[in-house]
Amino acid sequence: MKIIVCVKQVPSRDAILRINETGTWIQDRDLAYDVNEPDAYAVEEALQIKEKLGGEVVICSLGPDRVQMAIKEGLSKGADRAIHICDPALDNLDALAQARAMAEVIGKEGFDLIFTGLQSDDYGFAQTGVILGELLGVPSATIAMAVEVQEGEKSVRVKRELEAGWFQWYKLPLPASITIQSGLNQPRYATLKGIMNAKKKEIRKVTLADLSLSRELLTPKQKIERVSFPVKSKKTEIIDGSAKEAAAKLVTKLKQMRVL
Amino acid sequence: MSGILVFAEQREGKLNRVTYEAVLAGQRLSAQMGLSLSVALLGFGVDTIAQELATKKANTIYLVNNEHLQSYTPDGFSLAMRQVIQELQPKYVLLAHTYLVRDFAPKLAASMGKSLIADCVSYKLEEGNLTLVRQIFQGKINADVSIHDSAPILISFQAGAFRGDDVESGSAEVKALSVKLSAEEIRLQPQELFREAKQSVDLTQSKIIVSVGRGIKSQENIAIVEKLATALEADIGASRPICDSGWLPMDRQIGSSGQTVAPKLYLAVGISGAIQHVVGMKNASAIVAINKDANAPIFDIADLGIVGDLFEIVPALVEEIEKAKAEG
Ligand SMILES: Cc1cc2nc3c(=O)[nH]c(=O)nc-3n(C[C@@H](O)[C@H](O)[C@H](O)COP(=O)(O)OP(=O)(O)OC[C@H]3O[C@@H](n4cnc5c(N)ncnc54)[C@H](O)[C@@H]3O)c2cc1C
Ligand SMILES: Cc1cc2nc3c(=O)[nH]c(=O)nc-3n(C[C@H](O)[C@H](O)[C@H](O)COP(=O)(O)OP(=O)(O)OC[C@H]3O[C@@H](n4cnc5c(N)ncnc54)[C@H](O)[C@@H]3O)c2cc1C
Repeated sequence: MKIIVCVKQVPSRDAILRINETGTWIQDRDLAYDVNEPDAYAVEEALQIKEKLGGEVVICSLGPDRVQMAIKEGLSKGADRAIHICDPALDNLDALAQARAMAEVIGKEGFDLIFTGLQSDDYGFAQTGVILGELLGVPSATIAMAVEVQEGEKSVRVKRELEAGWFQWYKLPLPASITIQSGLNQPRYATLKGIMNAKKKEIRKVTLADLSLSRELLTPKQKIERVSFPVKSKKTEIIDGSAKEAAAKLVTKLKQMRVL
Repeated sequence: MSGILVFAEQREGKLNRVTYEAVLAGQRLSAQMGLSLSVALLGFGVDTIAQELATKKANTIYLVNNEHLQSYTPDGFSLAMRQVIQELQPKYVLLAHTYLVRDFAPKLAASMGKSLIADCVSYKLEEGNLTLVRQIFQGKINADVSIHDSAPILISFQAGAFRGDDVESGSAEVKALSVKLSAEEIRLQPQELFREAKQSVDLTQSKIIVSVGRGIKSQENIAIVEKLATALEADIGASRPICDSGWLPMDRQIGSSGQTVAPKLYLAVGISGAIQHVVGMKNASAIVAINKDANAPIFDIADLGIVGDLFEIVPALVEEIEKAKAEG
């Protein structure tokens, strides 16, 4: 089984976000970054399949130099090698254009399965895995809560999460692209040995010059013009004071509400 | 024709009500832009749903009846929808950003070389120019997104972006539209829908819920909010990451993939207020949030809020509650 896991690096959830002076994006200079949450589950799922069936797990990440952190995390946990698609010309693309670049690289690399997270924590388009499937001519399934490669490794069974507690199994022929939901396994931590081993693993760099994509195909069809903090639609009464004062005031309110 | 086309979602012969939110978005845009409004319903033997849709204000309901659309598959639905779009040549295609739409719409868009503008919360129309508003960074920031593409332009709207109840009534004509699909084109085999074994905790009847999120940091710290729940005689709920990590069982999860609750009081502790959580608790009579980030989206829906460190506030709150109870 050869599994490509797409890993995106995103600003940490705890990061306090500020908007840049021109109001066009966030101030991203001093941000802390993490691996996009479902992507960490995707790496784990790929490693577990490899441990059962053998094969190879390849991490693929597109972004500036800093994304090597995310790549190394995957390698430390046990992925075999990585592809880093790195070119300033590929930074501000929309999901389709970015997926075109990734699809060309993944297509040349070859694969049985592509895993992506179901959605990114930052931009949140929730599309990349499905677009990759379409561009590469393979079936896709989204929001996977279980992945079972079938005997003979010709097909895969995917347990899809639906709304309100419903699920549905789908059977797909391989190769296929599957988007992974958080919570389908318990991701491992990297061991010290894993971290040491990762240093020797290959990270192949790919730039725009290695791709045959025309400018036309890389032109974003949607652009962020302006970013802003949402205007609150509801008036929240903020209770201030020290922890003790705020707690006492809240208790008074709870009594008024008759929940106490 | 170059109007607006809305995708109507049905599953197992039942209309997904969120469709009306997309229809309402279509009604508003069609009035403002002077474009016709059609609705496409895909399925097999779903005529009654078409009749139901026809009681809303629209020009035409296109009923796409095909045996290969009986069970939903991303292959079947994107291939069929693509033919519908080629036939009708709409300028805009509107969809509700449901799990089903997430599953096939990016594929549909990519197959036409289009970029789906996904999960929008509203739109702005200025001098005929359409801009979409999307939430980024899990609802912490809004982005105005401009379109640089030719028709058809595909847009999906977040559940709750429009009030489905406000959809205008009227009468639309139902027309059949046929598509060509073959069994070989449908590579996925769907199986029955199912639910996990019955949940042992039913939070839908709870009067008070103390709900805990990732702000709690570790499993050991869950005890801190459990004390608060005990003091308030409340049930304990959680955001998804808490259940994903196994810190609380799955049946405590509240949100789009968990339980939908409507208690008298919902106290959210260290929960950011992502849309998938909010849909499960926004109907609580009173919402109180404790969060250290004043910009956390949860404060957008909370009635009362304390901005600060939960590790200081929650113990103080337990103390004050005990005091109040002792005083009677
Ligand atoms: C400064 C800046 C400006 C931007 N401007 C625009 C703009 O004008 N218009 C616009 O549409 N977008 C813009 N983007 C965002 C854009 O590049 C998105 O990251 C891209 O569209 C992918 O969408 P997504 O992250 O929502 O992916 P999703 O589809 O939500 O991601 C799902 C999964 O796909 C995989 N994946 C996604 N991206 C990567 C990656 N880079 N490497 C590896 N795997 C990945 C991961 O597994 C992820 O979990 C901008 C980003 C930045 C940093
Ligand atoms: C398809 C899909 C379905 C989903 N279904 C669900 C669902 O059913 N339910 C659900 O909850 N989520 C669901 N999610 C996940 C959802 O998008 C969010 O990721 C999740 O709700 C975030 O949980 P959280 O608020 O606990 O964590 P975070 O977003 O990480 O927020 C933690 C919060 O704690 C605050 N905090 C940190 N430290 C402290 C402190 N010391 N004191 C006070 N505050 C502090 C932070 O400011 C932050 O606001 C789903 C996602 C997808 C894509």
